[in-house]
Amino acid sequence: MRTTTVDEAVAGIGDGASLMVGGFMGVGTPERLIDELVRQGRRALTLIANDTAMPGVGVGKLIAAKAVRKVIASHIGLNPQTQAQMIAGEIEVELVPQGTLIERIRAAGHGLGGVLTPTGVGTVVEQGKRKLEVDGREYLLETALHADFALVQAFLADYLGNLTYVLTARNFNPVIAMAAATVIVDAEHVVPVGMIPPDQVMTPAPLVDFLVART
Amino acid sequence: MDASTIIAKRIALELRDGMLVNLGIGIPTLVANYVPPGIHVFFQSENGLIGTGPIPEEAMTQPRLTDAGGRPVSAIPGACTFDSAMSFGLIRGGHVDMTVLGGLQVDEYGMLANWMIPGRMVPGMGGAMDLVTGAKRVVVAMQHAAKGQSKIVPRCTLPLTSTRRVDLIVTELAVIAPTAHGLELRETAPGVGIDQVLAATEARLEVPDAVPAMAIG
Repeated sequence: MRTTTVDEAVAGIGDGASLMVGGFMGVGTPERLIDELVRQGRRALTLIANDTAMPGVGVGKLIAAKAVRKVIASHIGLNPQTQAQMIAGEIEVELVPQGTLIERIRAAGHGLGGVLTPTGVGTVVEQGKRKLEVDGREYLLETALHADFALVQAFLADYLGNLTYVLTARNFNPVIAMAAATVIVDAEHVVPVGMIPPDQVMTPAPLVDFLVART
Repeated sequence: MDASTIIAKRIALELRDGMLVNLGIGIPTLVANYVPPGIHVFFQSENGLIGTGPIPEEAMTQPRLTDAGGRPVSAIPGACTFDSAMSFGLIRGGHVDMTVLGGLQVDEYGMLANWMIPGRMVPGMGGAMDLVTGAKRVVVAMQHAAKGQSKIVPRCTLPLTSTRRVDLIVTELAVIAPTAHGLELRETAPGVGIDQVLAATEARLEVPDAVPAMAIG
């Protein structure tokens, strides 16, 4: 793990990169990293997140800045800008059931090729997917979803990079921290090693590549 | 009593002590206001919380404690939080005893459509498909009709949320149970006649000999 500044962390993310971003309607999203991506004018990103938040909030800022070419999310309903860009053909949107989305990410992080889920069987979600029967029940094969970068918002990070999250700001964060080639973390508080008891570490330090310094 | 209150109050009668319950956005959220006295229900928010409590006063909100719509909520003593993989493991894994969801259409087969209107509204399914697939009991809370059109139809014309048959439909006019043989009228709202329900319903309803009124005060 290396500590870094916000602009340095974001400078390593190129145009066209795929990003997993923590947060649920903007709660638990690393806003400083998002703001910096917008400031540096990143383009053609693939955004993998639960939702596209609302205009001006969380990853909604990336949508407003037209930084995103493709969205993989479970819900875009509260961000009219995502829908407008989708209708205008400026952005490709892949809608994935929320439980399937998080399992596809988890599968990637856990070394699995995918998961079998009953969710979506018999609906439009099954189009183009393999169906398998296990013990008399039908499942869809949903493949693992990897990304170049995970942008994680933690509550506490210690100097080694051990992380905890708080309340409903946890959501996708610990799961994406396992599924991306490079993991960049912003934390509300950076604390000495030992301040987070071993049993309370939610993301182990070796998973973290960059910790953004508090300024 | 307005439509939402009738629906929420009636569904609250389905709650049992110790249940883990997930409430969707809209009318379903109101069910939490009518938990029968003397029972404890665990309410889940799929963004990672069991023990969702009432909306706090504005000055007491915690920006990292929200419901699945991103609105501030409180957590009651005994609450716990978890990540999204755990949250949907609870849902898909059959650990949620009951979910209450809104609906756009329910048909004679008990199939629910509630996540998109092609060409008009494509918000995404969020957690709805997992909830209908995985919860032990699925209750649909919706107005009987929208813009004069019955939402209880012979066959859904909108994209389905799941091929799992839902367990109960509660509207401001009636309680209807989808069964293997079709839709059965179970109760009517106070002051609503059976003929009125039949007239408002496009789908075929089976009417048993006794159709009591909803036991809501």
